[in-house]
This record gives sequence, C-alpha cells and structure tokens, in this order.
Amino acid sequence: MTPRFEPGDRVRVLPEDKQGHVRTPGYIRGKTGRVESVLGEFRNPETLAYGDSGLPERPLYKVSFRQADLWEGYPGPADDELCADIYEHWLEPTPEETA
Amino acid sequence: MSETHHTHDGVKPGRESGRYARRIRAIEALLVEKGVLTNEDVRSQIEYMEARSPANGARLVARAWVDPEFKARLLSDTKAAARELGIDASGPVEFVVVENTPSVHNLIVCTLCSCYPRAILGRPPDWYKSFNYRSRAVKEPRAVMREFGFEPPENVEVLVHDSTADMRYMVLPMRPPGTQEMGEEELAELVTRDSLIGVSVPRRAGS
Repeated sequence: MTPRFEPGDRVRVLPEDKQGHVRTPGYIRGKTGRVESVLGEFRNPETLAYGDSGLPERPLYKVSFRQADLWEGYPGPADDELCADIYEHWLEPTPEETA
Repeated sequence: MSETHHTHDGVKPGRESGRYARRIRAIEALLVEKGVLTNEDVRSQIEYMEARSPANGARLVARAWVDPEFKARLLSDTKAAARELGIDASGPVEFVVVENTPSVHNLIVCTLCSCYPRAILGRPPDWYKSFNYRSRAVKEPRAVMREFGFEPPENVEVLVHDSTADMRYMVLPMRPPGTQEMGEEELAELVTRDSLIGVSVPRRAGS
C-alpha cells in the first residue's frame, strides 16, 4: 500500500468507539495532529490479535499532537507535545484539506 | 473467598504461588501437553529475558556520548548499533531511540499495555506497568517527572511518546555537564534505567 499521508500533513484520528484489541487509545480519538514520519508497514494488530493474518499490511505513522489540544487545562507550557503511532485506517485528512 | 487463603505447601523455592502464577503454570502445562510449546522453548525464553538489563541501554548511551558516528547509527538503525556492542536486539519489533536536547526532553509510556524495549533493557519496572503511570504520563508528564525528582525547565519542550504500535522507544539522554574526563565505562554507570525511560536524567555523582 502506498502511504496516503506524508510528513507535515494535518490529520484527524477517527472518533470511532471501537472495542477489542485496538491500538488507538481513546484520548486521541477525534483529535487533530500532524504526521511526523511514516514508520513502515505492519500487519494489522486489530485482526492479528484474533488469529487472522493481519494482512494486508497497513502503513503506520508517527503523529504528534499539542498537549493543549488533548487535555483541557493541560498543566504545562504550550510547546509540550505527545506522539503516538497510528495505523492509516484510523486517520483522515483534516476537513480544511478535503475542502 | 477461599481463593485468597491458598497454602504454600509444595511450592518450589522461587516459584510464585499466587492465583495468576498458578493459572499461568496451568496454561503452560496445557500448551506443552498439546505440543504448542516445549519446556525447552519456555526455558530458553526465560534465559533470553533474564540476560537483558538496563546495563545494555547504558552501554549504548555511553558509547553514543563518546562516539558521534556511533550515535548517528544508534539513532538511525538501533538494531545494527546494538549488534556492534554484542547486544542481540533482533526480533519482530522495531526500535526507535529518541534524543534529548537542550530544547526537548522525551518521556516514554505505553498507555494501552506495557510495551517496552525488552530485547535491549529486559523487563520493565513495575511502576511502568501501573495504571497510575500509564494514565498520568500522558496527561501530566511534568508532575510525574517531579515525583521522580526531575523537573525540566519550562522552556524545554516535554515530548511524550505513547508506544501504541510496533515501535519500542528508548531515550538517549544528554551527557551530564562536568563529565569530560570520564571514560566510557564510568559514563555508563551514570545512565540509570529511569533516564532511559525519561522520568529522570543521568547525574554526575555528588551533583
């Protein structure tokens, strides 16, 4: 799969309420961040965990978020950030970019 | 609940007797019986894990401090750099070393479970797996670090890495000031496990 996003892209994590072996933590769902790098392609843990092959492999991205965008009243400087590794099927372009 | 009143009769030394330990042993016995694993597989995996420790991380960091070219390799291809020092970090997971600088301090957590660079550092400390650390490191990282006795200045960006997928993270801390005269082995002694996770930084003795 050719990665859909590249470093610098603004992306939104889908706000899905998906249960089970999901590697996208709840606190970043629905939040907007920035693609820092493409980490490679990996088997999908959401199906791999249940005995499936996890194929096709999915692009994995390192996505950064401003802490102030994640937590209301974040107790620290505005520059503080958080990175998480997110599979492509959890990401969508931000609305500005699709317009 | 009779479950809480188990006896220790017949428990071999060094074998935990808690409810979960007994359940794990029952599962292990079943897997062996069904031919999924052998006792040899279990033993060699335990040996593999016991042979790993934070001292491996300390050696990598100390070498990176004294050898800029090694540092570049450690940051770009961690497995290959580890192999140079005789550390076998081969395996399916990828490693990422994140470098502290005068403007960025890195902190590692796994909010979903307990992902950790085990192939290099061995087993994580118990607090790393605690709900307390996992929930607070992402939300109030500076307060967590303060409890470990470390407080990055306000003009230093704190960058938290949540190990949510296939990458395992380790911090490359900054070389402490006043250590110019120290050799590689002496430097490695300054590198604590906590500084490889990022809740603390290496300090020169007495500073």
